[in-house]
Amino acid sequence: MTEQIDQALEREYEAGFVSDIESETFAPGLDEDVIRRISAMKSEPDWMLEWRLKAFKTWQQMEEPEWAHVDYQKIDFQAISYYSAPKSMADKPKSLDEVDPELLATYEKLGIPLLEQQMLAGVAVDAVFDSVSVVTTFREKLWEAGVIFCPISEAVQEYPELVKKYLGSVVPQRDNYFAALNCAVFTDGSFVYIPKGTRCPMELSTYFRINEQNTGQFERTLIIADEGSHVSYLEGCTAPQRDENQLHAAVVELVALDDAEIKYSTVQNWYPGDENGKGGIYNFVTKRAVCHTNAKVSWTQVETGSAVTWKYPSCILRGDNSIGEFYSVALTRGMQQADTGTKMIHMGKNTRSTIISKGISAGRSNNSYRGLVRMGPRADGARNFTQCDSLLIGDQCGAHTFPYVETKNPTAIVEHEATTSKVSDDQMFLCQQRGLDAEKAVSMIVNGFCKEVFKELPMEFAVEAGKLLEISLEGSVG
Amino acid sequence: MSMLSIKNLHASVEDKTILNGLDLDIKPGEVHAIMGPNGAGKSTLGYVVSGREGYNVEQGTAVLDGVELLELDAEERARAGLFLAFQYPVEIPGVSNMEFMKASVDAQREARGEAALSSRDFLTMAKEACSKVQLPLAFLKRGVNEGFSGGEKKRNEIMQMLLLEPKLCILDESDSGLDIDALQVVADGVNSLRSDDRSFIVITHYQRLLDYIKPDFVHVLSEGKIIKTGGAELAHELEAQGYAWLTGDSAENTAETSA
Ligand SMILES: Nc1ncnc2c1ncn2[C@@H]1O[C@H](COP(=O)(O)OP(=O)(O)O)[C@@H](O)[C@H]1O
Ligand SMILES: [Mg+2]
Repeated sequence: MTEQIDQALEREYEAGFVSDIESETFAPGLDEDVIRRISAMKSEPDWMLEWRLKAFKTWQQMEEPEWAHVDYQKIDFQAISYYSAPKSMADKPKSLDEVDPELLATYEKLGIPLLEQQMLAGVAVDAVFDSVSVVTTFREKLWEAGVIFCPISEAVQEYPELVKKYLGSVVPQRDNYFAALNCAVFTDGSFVYIPKGTRCPMELSTYFRINEQNTGQFERTLIIADEGSHVSYLEGCTAPQRDENQLHAAVVELVALDDAEIKYSTVQNWYPGDENGKGGIYNFVTKRAVCHTNAKVSWTQVETGSAVTWKYPSCILRGDNSIGEFYSVALTRGMQQADTGTKMIHMGKNTRSTIISKGISAGRSNNSYRGLVRMGPRADGARNFTQCDSLLIGDQCGAHTFPYVETKNPTAIVEHEATTSKVSDDQMFLCQQRGLDAEKAVSMIVNGFCKEVFKELPMEFAVEAGKLLEISLEGSVG
Repeated sequence: MSMLSIKNLHASVEDKTILNGLDLDIKPGEVHAIMGPNGAGKSTLGYVVSGREGYNVEQGTAVLDGVELLELDAEERARAGLFLAFQYPVEIPGVSNMEFMKASVDAQREARGEAALSSRDFLTMAKEACSKVQLPLAFLKRGVNEGFSGGEKKRNEIMQMLLLEPKLCILDESDSGLDIDALQVVADGVNSLRSDDRSFIVITHYQRLLDYIKPDFVHVLSEGKIIKTGGAELAHELEAQGYAWLTGDSAENTAETSA
């Protein structure tokens, strides 16, 4: 049976193609000069450059963390190129008609058509290719609602006050090694501002694509939901199939002011490397939200890609009655390693958090949940509920759970449940006896296991996530 | 022609021989009951015929309506019209009964070159099957067997059988643990499917079920082979006398053949 499941799990990485696009790419290496050049490429104001240089100094004094349950070759930061942009982007295209057709074709092939008439109605997309944003759709429609959705490089120019006020306010430069590096070298990403009392009229989504060889992607996302506003945002990502490892070190900061709500969903499908662990993306990401009074942030993530994932989308529940949620599906197979989870920092009174984590391990992969729930001294009546479920496919993989709880308030309540199960031979046989092949059986069982998380995703993406799992589990059954 | 013809079937699990030269011939439209002591190999027979991994066939043949089964994967046998109602139905959490059954029906239709059913058509069929086995319609939305009582699980198996309309149904102790009402439901389900071109193997310990589902033949399986075959009256005899008078024989036979 294990053999059958293994076969069902062998599969091709469908997003693994390379686009033939002429790029302007910096030579590998990192020093102050590189940072100045990135800043110059983006025609940044001085304050931005100063901010980057400060972060670089901080980073140089820091050590790469080693506490995660992952094992990878030390990264040579001098072997990475820190900037790559399609040549056609040198003069910024004014509209979609001016965008390099090869770029549009790349996104089309990935199932993300950027021509607005072909798009999913009601979803605006910012497409980031290597180090630059190539296009942001539906901007005018959003503008009418007062919503700002643009590349962060543009926000630095156009909305410097907002950027200055909030950039680094949730994830400080010295927060961790990879965050500090991101502050120094970030290239592009999305910026969102939802004005007071506004419900964003459509889903916002950013699609990240690494194309160039030996480049790192360091995107930066900043979402500000002003008082009483509401936004749902989705991030997707893929990369070509390459033999060497590539680094992705993003920072995402969410600010939910009083009574605001942000729903942030991720479907992460970076190239995971081949079955022997060669190649693949190192995904070292810092994502954090701060919730003011009565605000709510939910993180939903479906993680199927990357060779190594190190990622803990977190909520700082600063305001009274604020709510943080974390719903996660992390699937690892082959030699993939994932160390992911969340931190819920309860500071305000009556703050609530819910954590639902579903880890699926197959092949020789390792999947760890690491979660911190901290109840601060002022967090009267705060509550957390955590449920961590692991599903094992085959007997060579591992699932690990590292829950940390710190309580400084006697009225706070923390509940934790954890289960580990296997895709059993009985379940497989039941499915097959009813006429389903092994591949369909595994994907159905896994999808069932993930149901609680999928139902949190926006409709279109729930379907996409289901399909992604199916593809991830797909292969030839001989 | 036979619906199912099993000849000289030898099979083992983990190097332990369990089926030991089993013969069985079932004509279209017939119901065959299989009885026998615990551990005789009744469930194993169901698994071997339906192609469960880990059950190794050492000798023999099994042909379903002209199709040589033993060379096929489990799902191919199912698509050829073989259905097994499990003695211990397993749960598949989070996968709704509806989703599971539609996927099954569609997979079997696809194998026959038929188009997948529309969700609406399938829903109509599923509701009908669900009422037939007297489960509330809410069971269609619940996870497969998730949190079902023993009796509900057995009825759920029958519902799947009704939807798949197999050629040959093997019911493995579908009556055990059922109260009289549930037993009637299971029997009605089976009887509603009885036809000239469909056959049943009913594995049971109790003659009670056979009052509701009238068998054409009753076989006694012991130590991996059929040691006695009779009509419906044999079930009554077994109920009254147990198996000892038969299995005593069988032990000698086994000793002879292995000598
Ligand atoms: N997976 C297995 N591994 C080892 N022995 C098994 C396995 N399955 C069945 N057996 C053995 O095979 C024999 C027949 O079992 P089974 O077919 O379940 O009997 P029945 O259904 O007639 O009670 C028993 O001795 C049982 O212990
Ligand atoms: Mg049995």
